[in-house]
Amino acid sequence: MAIFAIQILNSLLYASVLFLIAAGLSLIFGVMRIVNLAHGSLYAVGAYVTAWLIGAAIARHVPLGLLFLALPVGALSVALIGIVIEPLLLRPFYRRAEEYQLLVTFGLLQIFEDLIRLVWGGTPLSADTLIDALPILHIGGLFYPAYNIVVIVIGAVAAIILWGVIYHTRFGVMLRATSQDRRMASALGLNVELVYVVAFGIGCFMAGLGGAIVVPTQAAVLGMGVDALVIAFVVVVIGGLGSLKGALVGAVVVAFVRTAGIQFFPELELAVLYLIAAGVLLVRPTGLFGTA
Amino acid sequence: MTTITDQAPRERALPRVALAAVAILLALAVIPSFTALYQVQLLTYGLIAAIAALGFNLLLGYTGLLSFGHSAYFGVGAYTVALVVAHLGLRSMEEYLLIGIPVVAITSAIFGYICVRHTRIFFGILTLAISQVLYSLALKLYWVTGGSDGLRVPRPTLFLGLLNFSGSHGFQLFVRSYYYYVLGIFVVCVVLMWVIVHSPFGKALQAIRDNEVRARFIGLRIRRFRWIAFLVSGTFTGVAGILWVPLNGLTTPEVLYWTFSGEIVFTALLGGFRNFTGPIVGGIAFTYLKTYAVATTEYWQLLLGVVLVTLVLVLPTGIVGAISRAGQWFGRRNAVT
Repeated sequence: MAIFAIQILNSLLYASVLFLIAAGLSLIFGVMRIVNLAHGSLYAVGAYVTAWLIGAAIARHVPLGLLFLALPVGALSVALIGIVIEPLLLRPFYRRAEEYQLLVTFGLLQIFEDLIRLVWGGTPLSADTLIDALPILHIGGLFYPAYNIVVIVIGAVAAIILWGVIYHTRFGVMLRATSQDRRMASALGLNVELVYVVAFGIGCFMAGLGGAIVVPTQAAVLGMGVDALVIAFVVVVIGGLGSLKGALVGAVVVAFVRTAGIQFFPELELAVLYLIAAGVLLVRPTGLFGTA
Repeated sequence: MTTITDQAPRERALPRVALAAVAILLALAVIPSFTALYQVQLLTYGLIAAIAALGFNLLLGYTGLLSFGHSAYFGVGAYTVALVVAHLGLRSMEEYLLIGIPVVAITSAIFGYICVRHTRIFFGILTLAISQVLYSLALKLYWVTGGSDGLRVPRPTLFLGLLNFSGSHGFQLFVRSYYYYVLGIFVVCVVLMWVIVHSPFGKALQAIRDNEVRARFIGLRIRRFRWIAFLVSGTFTGVAGILWVPLNGLTTPEVLYWTFSGEIVFTALLGGFRNFTGPIVGGIAFTYLKTYAVATTEYWQLLLGVVLVTLVLVLPTGIVGAISRAGQWFGRRNAVT
C-alpha cells in the first residue's frame, strides 16, 4: 500500500514538471500560433542554470536556505532568454508559412543543445543538496523526500496562478483577445507586440521553472531537453494545443501512464504514450480540450 | 514552382533540362576516377540524402504537407535490411531492395493512412508522434533491434553476387562500386519523381496544395491523393535508408529519432523545396556541410543551427531558389541593356 502511495506521488511529481513544460508550449502556441521546437531546450537551460547556481553557491558556503533562491533565478533567466529571442528571431515569421516557424525553432533547438554543451560541458550537473536540505518523510515505513512534495505543490500553484492570470486579470483578457484575433486586437489599440513578448516570456518562464525544480531530483544531462519536448508534445496533443486545462489533464494522464508503464510494461512504455497521442489525434484532432 | 508563366516555356525547356541532366550525370560518373576514396564515400552519402529529400519533398513542396517524421521510413528501410541480414542471412543488395521496398511501402501506406486525416501543424505532430513509436520500439526491444547499440550490416554483394567484396581490398572496391550502384538508383529515382510530379497526379497534388477547396470542387479526392503522395514519399525515403545502411555498416535508433526527421526537412530547405532540383542539391550540400561542420568543430550542431536560422531568415528559397533568382536578375539586366 505504501508503495502504491509513493507511485502516486511520483506520478504527481512527474505530472507537475510535465505540466510546467507543456503549459508553456501550449500558451505560446495558443497566443502566437507557433510550435516552439526549442521549448524542451529552454527547459534544459533552466535545469542547467539552476544546478550551476547551486553548485557555485555551495562552493562559496552560502547557507542552505538561500539555495532555494536558485530555483526562481533559474526560471527567470530562461524567461529573459525568451524575451530576447522573440523580437529578434520569431517576430519576422508570424506572417510566413508554418514550415518556416518550425524550422527556425528547430535551428534554435540545435543551437541551444550545443550552447549547453559549450557552457557546461558533457558531464551531468546535479543539485541534490536541495533534497538533503529538506527532511525525509516516512510513508508507511518507506522514505520519501519532502522536496518531491514541494515540486508537486509548485506545479499546482503554478497552474492556479496561470489560470488566474489568463482568466481573471486585465492582461489575461488582452492575451485571449490577441490569441483569438491578432489584427482585431491590434485595431482596438492593444500593443500586440508587447503581449507577444510577455506571453513568450511567461511560456519560457514555465519551461525554465520546470527545469529548475526537476534538477535536484535528477541531474541535468545533455539531451534532456530534446527528450522532454517529445513528451510535452504527447501531453499537448492529448490535452489539446493551446488549452491550459488540456495541458493539466494531459500531464496527469501521461505521468500516470508512464509510471504504470515503467512498472508493468517497461519495453513498451514510450511506445504506448505515442500511440495514445496518435489515437487521440485521430479521434479528436484538437485534443480533449482543444478548440484550435 | 509551377506557376502559369512556367507552362509555356517548358516545351522549349525540356531539351535544355535533359542536356543539363546528362552533363551533370557525366560529371557524377567521372568524379570517382580522380578523387580520393573518402570523397567517393561522401558523395555516395550525398546521393542517398538526395534520394531521401527528393521523397520528402513530394509531400512538402508538391502536396504542402510538412512531415516531421520522415526518419521513420528511412529507419524502417535501414532496420529491415539489418533484420534481413541477421535472421535470413541474405547478403545480396538486390535481395535487400526486393524485401525492403515492399516493407517500407507498406509502413508508409499504414502511417500515411492515419496521418493524412490532418493537415498543417497537426499533420506534422502526428507524423512525429508515430515515428517516435518506432524509435522507442527500436530502443527498447533490444533483443530484436540491439537497443542503442543497433545492428551491424556487413558489406553486401552487388548484382546478384556478381561483385563480391570479401578480399583484402574489399572495402575500397566496395566503396567505388557502390557509388555507381547508388548513382544508378539515384537516376532511376530522379526520373521516376520527375515523371510523377509532371503527371496529372502530380498536377493534382499541386492543385490541392495551392487551393484545397477548389481542388475539392473540381472533384479531386483530396485525402486519397495525399495518401498516395505520402506512400510514394515514404517509399523514396525508405529506399534511401536501404541504400544507406550497407555503406554505414551499422544502424542505430538515432536514424529513427525525430531530430533526424528535422535534418531531412533542413536538407530540403537548404536546397529549396519550391523546385524540383532543390532537394537533390540540398541532399548533397547538407552532407558536405554536416561532414565539414563535424570535422572542424566539436560544436557542429551549433554551426548547423546558425546556418539553418540564417537560411530561413535570409534565403527562404534555398540554394537553387537563390541561384535561379540571381539568374533571372542577370537575364533581365541583359535584356534591358
